[in-house]
Amino acid sequence: MIYFIIRRLILTVFLLLLVSMITFAIFFLVPRLAGQTAYQLAAQYVGRNPIPSEIKAVEIKLGLNAPLYLQYGRYIKGIVAGIHYNNGTDISYCPFPCFGYSFRNQQPVWPQLISDAPVTLSIAIGASVLWLIGGVSIGVLSALRRGSIFDRFSMGVALAGVSLPVFFTGLIALELFSYKWPIFPNVHYVGITTNPLLWARNLVLPWITLAFLYAALYARLTRAGMLETMGEDYIRTARAKGLPERTVVLKHGLRAALTPIVTIFGLDLGLLLGGAILTETTYSFPGLGQFTILAIQNQDLPEIMGVVMIASFFIVVANMIVDILYAVVDPRVRF
Amino acid sequence: MAPLLEVSDLRIQFQTDDGLVRAVDGLSFTLERGRTLGIVGESGSGKSVTSMGIMGLHQGTKARITGYIRLDGEDLVSASPARVRELRGSKMSMIFQDPLSSLHPYYTVGAQIMEAYRVHNKVSKQAARNHAVDLLGRVGIPTPESRLDDYPHQFSGGMRQRVMIAMALSCDPELLIADEPTTALDVTVQAQILDLISTLQSEFGSAVIIITHDLGVVAELSDDILVMYAGRIAEYGAAADIFGRPDHPYTWGLLASMPRLDRARETRLVPIPGTPPSLIRVPPGCPFHPRCRYTELVGGHRCQTDVPPLREAVTPGHAAACHLTADQRARQWADLSADKLPGEVQADEAAGEPEAREPV
Repeated sequence: MIYFIIRRLILTVFLLLLVSMITFAIFFLVPRLAGQTAYQLAAQYVGRNPIPSEIKAVEIKLGLNAPLYLQYGRYIKGIVAGIHYNNGTDISYCPFPCFGYSFRNQQPVWPQLISDAPVTLSIAIGASVLWLIGGVSIGVLSALRRGSIFDRFSMGVALAGVSLPVFFTGLIALELFSYKWPIFPNVHYVGITTNPLLWARNLVLPWITLAFLYAALYARLTRAGMLETMGEDYIRTARAKGLPERTVVLKHGLRAALTPIVTIFGLDLGLLLGGAILTETTYSFPGLGQFTILAIQNQDLPEIMGVVMIASFFIVVANMIVDILYAVVDPRVRF
Repeated sequence: MAPLLEVSDLRIQFQTDDGLVRAVDGLSFTLERGRTLGIVGESGSGKSVTSMGIMGLHQGTKARITGYIRLDGEDLVSASPARVRELRGSKMSMIFQDPLSSLHPYYTVGAQIMEAYRVHNKVSKQAARNHAVDLLGRVGIPTPESRLDDYPHQFSGGMRQRVMIAMALSCDPELLIADEPTTALDVTVQAQILDLISTLQSEFGSAVIIITHDLGVVAELSDDILVMYAGRIAEYGAAADIFGRPDHPYTWGLLASMPRLDRARETRLVPIPGTPPSLIRVPPGCPFHPRCRYTELVGGHRCQTDVPPLREAVTPGHAAACHLTADQRARQWADLSADKLPGEVQADEAAGEPEAREPV
């Protein structure tokens, strides 16, 4: 088991390196292959209506004329040790861990990511707990009472939930519970360290909105999984032992049906941690998702690159955790 | 003393979209303590449905069950689900066909055995663990102490079935039902498992029901044999009687379709023509008549119209449901056992249909 985890960890490091290479290639290699000169590329890092001297400065600071492997080396060095962007006259310092330096804002990207991450984290973690508990329990009940009114009703709602986008349900929720009946008035993000009560209160609507979408998906998944496992031979064995039906369903049925759900849960959570874009935008929460949108609108390439790296980091790590969890959940995976 | 198990006029039916499935249709038999009953029949003859019915595993499904199943005098058909659950696993337990899919893949075999023991006995984890080690040892698993924490996929097929048996015996049941216990196993392992069941039976003193389509299996173990066809009894009697002097055309067919060491290798196996009937549209009269070679010997169309009653013809306690007279059957069996298999003629005629040549 330890051996298995170590192997996974090593693989993850390699995967992250690969991700960084691909990201780097997209931002620095592809434009050059498309025929852009170093000067043209540098122009995109400076901002709108730049003056040539600024562009030249950035070109030298980024070392865009150096061979590509040196540029990549500098990029990686920045991530692990920090880096000085130097053109002889002035120095832009980007401390460890340097996930890019926005020449437009004259500041490194990482501190902004760090300041925005808690918002996304709050939304994603809270919502995931809600949808996991809600979705799985509805799915189990539906499977056990297959064809009942409860089953039909909840699966109908689930179908609606899967189909309705967050920016629709989110706005409806805001309209109803923030304006018409102001149970949650003036929804805005408050840090958990500032005021935990207000933090939770303001997050209720985003949580429910996001959880509704995923709970619907998980309810359907759980229902399908439970219907399948409850027909397995080992469920018959469990009943033949004389176990109470509760134990049969939860300990024997759900335990097996949960395995695929654990997988998808890990991936969904990893994806969300890179930015719950729609939810954050709908509720104007300054998280990674909104940061991404702004970075794209401003065409601030270092910021976009930083967010891409962080988001893929979350997905790769989530994948690793899922793999390890899978081995814990399913003993047949340990090899 | 009343018999341990007494099944009378048991009917199990399922309502489906295609119609009413009469899976078991008026089954009656008794089983004494310490005895072994073999239930034989083709797929779809109602064997497994019967065993699940006895175990109360149809509860919560749409099955309709009538008749009586008395375990030690207590009727299980009318008993509450909670009561049947108490008996299940403790007083009666079951071994299934495929030990790999019947064991939960995510729990160690020790955990599964201990669970079966602790649900009926209020004992500590340690006591249950010791009990499980003891059981695994008794079913012939080497170094049981260390194998207890292994998962089912780490065992071989035969060892897995031993685990299933250990689990079934954990509460010292009075009735053990083995549903095709060797079908999924290698031939070499089959004999070992059958030996084990018979050894443990004498050790634990349980009554055993072996359900199989393999006459060889029941021949080895059973005191009594019940041949089922289309949810009904075709023939019922002591094993020695049934193998010595089978009294039903269906049993003759089963025997003729089985390879035997005491016949010349050139002797063809004779299949029973046709396929088992649909349990939704069971043929009227004798359910076996569409596949029977002897209907013409019976006067009129009684095979097609009258359901034959179960009658003792040869020896007491040995009954068959057939319209042929005792004399006719005695003569036919005499011919059959003299290797003048009348089926051979028909089988050669049917040579154009290759699937009909496969032994049933």
